[in-house]
Amino acid sequence: MDYVIEFIPQIARGLNITISVLIASALFAYIMAFFSGLCRLSNNVIVRKFTGFYVEIFRGTSLIVQLFWLYYAIPMLFGIQLGSNWWVGVFAIGLNYGAYLSEVVRTSILSVAQGQYEAATALNMSRFQRMRIVIFPQAVRMMLPEFGNYTIQILKGTSLVSLIAMSDILYYGDILRGSYQQQTPIIYGIVLVLYFILALPLIWLTKKGEKIAKKGVAS
Amino acid sequence: MSEPIVQFKNVHKSFGDVEVLKGIDLDISPSEKVAIIGPSGSGKTTIIRMLMTLEKITSGDIIVDGQNLWKMEKNGSMVEANQKHLRSIRGDIGMVFQHFNLFPHMTILENCMTAPIHVKKEEKTEVRKRSIQMLERVGLGDKLDNYPNQLSGGQKQRVAMARALVMRPKVMLFDEVTSALDPELVGEVLEVIRDIAKNDDMAMILVTHEMDFALDIADKVVFLDEGVIAESGSASQVIEHSQNERLQSFLSRFRN
Ligand SMILES: Nc1ncnc2c1ncn2[C@@H]1O[C@H](COP(=O)(O)OP(=O)(O)OP(=O)(O)O)[C@@H](O)[C@H]1O
Ligand SMILES: [Mg+2]
Repeated sequence: MDYVIEFIPQIARGLNITISVLIASALFAYIMAFFSGLCRLSNNVIVRKFTGFYVEIFRGTSLIVQLFWLYYAIPMLFGIQLGSNWWVGVFAIGLNYGAYLSEVVRTSILSVAQGQYEAATALNMSRFQRMRIVIFPQAVRMMLPEFGNYTIQILKGTSLVSLIAMSDILYYGDILRGSYQQQTPIIYGIVLVLYFILALPLIWLTKKGEKIAKKGVAS
Repeated sequence: MSEPIVQFKNVHKSFGDVEVLKGIDLDISPSEKVAIIGPSGSGKTTIIRMLMTLEKITSGDIIVDGQNLWKMEKNGSMVEANQKHLRSIRGDIGMVFQHFNLFPHMTILENCMTAPIHVKKEEKTEVRKRSIQMLERVGLGDKLDNYPNQLSGGQKQRVAMARALVMRPKVMLFDEVTSALDPELVGEVLEVIRDIAKNDDMAMILVTHEMDFALDIADKVVFLDEGVIAESGSASQVIEHSQNERLQSFLSRFRN
């Protein structure tokens, strides 16, 4: 028990990295999701193909490999630094989950009933108005549960930044284990619980999103 | 007689290799109420959807209030209409759908208000007043803040009519607007259409299987059969006194 009390503050020092990477990469992922989800529905073939390529590359390869590419390979190949470790972590996680979420955006928009487009057209709305007033608000309601689920995934994904020397909670856990081999179960137990506590509000929001999605689209 | 508000001139429509409309000629004058009847698959919905710009025509012309709907002039020759051209004309046309197509994320008052405000850029308080009046007219003055999923089918369809009417179209299209309803709800919707037909001076085109209703309100009835207008005339001519055999056998299905 003494160990628990001793370890918690040590590991909790990583909270600000874990939380800040979570928030920044989630926001970045959402932006990528809406941007590329809409691009994939564009009338322009080149735009569509190009964003399709991004989505498939980032969905088809693993996050950790993408992280190492951005952190090690690209700076070596092109001689450019992509920013601090923190930014590299945010980019990698945001691009990866943005690719998944863009599919959520795309399919939600496509799943709004055809009759809704037609009713909006019959009221003489422009293409943009149809999207903004009729389609998008309904699609967003449908997206909410998946956005919640993926945000929980992003939280778990943030632990990978410990591999590029970012001091998040997992990183401090690993450090502690170096000095207290015998207490490994306690250390990782604390790490586990901290992640779960962080996930709780996200789980709650996801449930709420599910309710909104259910209510918002019945006609 | 005054200039027609809608004219179909030799309009053809094919889906892939299948020609479903084989030369439609039809004139509708302002304030005329036209019922289109005909067997399933004869092309009734397609005619209405082409006029609402939801379906392209294959050849021919549709003229709305003197303007060619699907074609426009560019550098001296006629080319396929673009979105801007379609938009400049389709404001004259309103439509009520079989499956209502209300916007589920808006209250019924918002359903009515959104297009006049955003599309016609009208002043909000005026639109609100007019929308409430219209909803009262269709008997839903006490449901303004309800969402569509809180209404019965008949109520939804009456909202859909109010929503189309507040746009003040010159032509209103109704595609089998009662056929998705439970039988006991059909009456209340027909009653509203009857009220509109008798009191408003816009043109109306109704696809319907309610023959008595067509007899009551239609100035003209058009019998569509296998992609052509097989018979057209006054309601009593077509529904009660026609000699056309296919029309008679079609009508016999509605008598019991
Ligand atoms: N989008 C489409 N693609 C292919 N064929 C179509 C399409 N829409 C309609 N059709 C065909 O065109 C023909 C006419 O259809 P339409 O819906 O206009 O008939 P209708 O007279 O309204 O029939 P109903 O009384 O059943 O509603 C039908 O054979 C139908 O299968
Ligand atoms: Mg039909």
